[in-house]
Amino acid sequence: MLIKKPDDIKSSEITDKKLYLTRRNFMRAAALAGTTAATGLVYRRFAVPAPPPLKGERIENVQTADSTTNFPPPPAEARTSYEEITNYNNFYEFSTGKTEVAGAARGFVTRPWTVAVEGMVQRPRVFDLDDLLKIAPLEERVYRMRCVERWSMVIPWVGFPLAKLLAQVEPLGGAKYVAFQTLLDPKRMPNQRSGVLDWPYVEGLRLDEAMHPLTILAGGLYGETLPPQNGAPLRLVVPWKYGFKGIKSIVKITLTDAVPPTTWNITASDEYGFYANVNPRVHHPRWSQAKERRIGEFSLRDTLPFNGYGEQVAQLYAGMDLKVNY
Amino acid sequence: MFSPDIKYTRFVLFVNGLVPAALLAWDVYHGRLGANPIEFATRATGALTLIFLFVTLAVTPLRKLTGANWVVKLRRQVGLYAFFYGCLHLLTYVWFDKFFGAREIVADVWARPFITIGMASFLLLVPLAATSTNGMIKRLGGKRWAKLHKLSYVAAVGGVIHFYMGVKADTTIPILFAVALALLLGYRWVKGRMDATAKGATLGIQTPPR
Repeated sequence: MLIKKPDDIKSSEITDKKLYLTRRNFMRAAALAGTTAATGLVYRRFAVPAPPPLKGERIENVQTADSTTNFPPPPAEARTSYEEITNYNNFYEFSTGKTEVAGAARGFVTRPWTVAVEGMVQRPRVFDLDDLLKIAPLEERVYRMRCVERWSMVIPWVGFPLAKLLAQVEPLGGAKYVAFQTLLDPKRMPNQRSGVLDWPYVEGLRLDEAMHPLTILAGGLYGETLPPQNGAPLRLVVPWKYGFKGIKSIVKITLTDAVPPTTWNITASDEYGFYANVNPRVHHPRWSQAKERRIGEFSLRDTLPFNGYGEQVAQLYAGMDLKVNY
Repeated sequence: MFSPDIKYTRFVLFVNGLVPAALLAWDVYHGRLGANPIEFATRATGALTLIFLFVTLAVTPLRKLTGANWVVKLRRQVGLYAFFYGCLHLLTYVWFDKFFGAREIVADVWARPFITIGMASFLLLVPLAATSTNGMIKRLGGKRWAKLHKLSYVAAVGGVIHFYMGVKADTTIPILFAVALALLLGYRWVKGRMDATAKGATLGIQTPPR
């Protein structure tokens, strides 16, 4: 019996084996390359390299760190680089990502700017920023900065003692505390539209802490005006306290006789107290405060009581239980 | 039904799984991770652990919803990648945060729920990785193996809680992870209920008269 071969596929129509294999290999290579590129792009979408920093304007006539008025001598440790100081910031008004603040704060307008100093004072006054920066000679103060998140920097601030500003308004005898407030303007500080924190950001000091010569109002760093991400145009620097006490972009300072509310204390009172003095023996509930990572260094450093400024400030807290008053 | 060449697909998956690690290493090498590269690496590897774990949990819903049964053949590899990134995540803590100080680590795990939960979730992944070979599946028997691997649900829940506890105030991303996990686990629960009802109906079981 003759079996007819099916001839519905002509031999000319059958793909050549070689070509079939080439095509298959091509598809395979394309699948590999395509998915790998896609994975890489998705990863890059979330791991964005930092943008180049913006430079501030040079500040003239700054008394440098070696001048006699400077107090205390700068720490022996190396200064943290400008790039790192200006690209690693906690400034929730712009972004909760520390490396994203610089980009989000780009173009933040800080002129005109006024700071109201009011409350329990003899002479309340609204200062124009440029007048305020002329109250006292601007000094370079090289301070350690210890964040409550366990990282630290050494920053050459440019500023002047807060006491000099307070002297201008003459606090009344009953004033015991100083309250500070950041600008509230969601158009300029876009993350204020989120509910991450209670806006505006508020902070406070006891009057004797505010009057301490180490406490400064800073308008610059590394000899230049502050970039937005570091708290332009005017911020508080209290070097023996955790960084969040250093309120940024200040618009109001109020003298009062009651403990002022402070933003992080409102957010989580068991984690962030009013005093927030750097203390290696009082731990954050979620992490130890015994050590810190100095930005730019590989190994950890021991955290110092009062961030190394105990000699100057410890007497402010004589007789107080710092475990309770954290 | 479409069903790809599994061997080659596994190779593609293998390469893709290495991409984040390779890019992370590249960024470290070129100093592109910003001021605190260690913090960045810790967060990135932690998130990647959860992402790969979630992909393994997405396999069952994907199969049942699309009928693409072949995806199950890729699950083990994805799970091992979750373990791989979990190991890297743990390493950043043990090495760069504690410098292999055993006493400090124990004290930290003991005193801080944030660390306790993270560590426990990681440890749950260890038996899963250890029983991922064909030989172990045979030795355990499919049913017991499957039961054991339900631990991945617990590890995922623990991992998300750990993530949530790790942020200071902005909980947006941990909450997104929690929602994704709720969908993945919620699907199983709903499907289980529906299947049980359907089974009851075919067996003629009726609710007893009152």
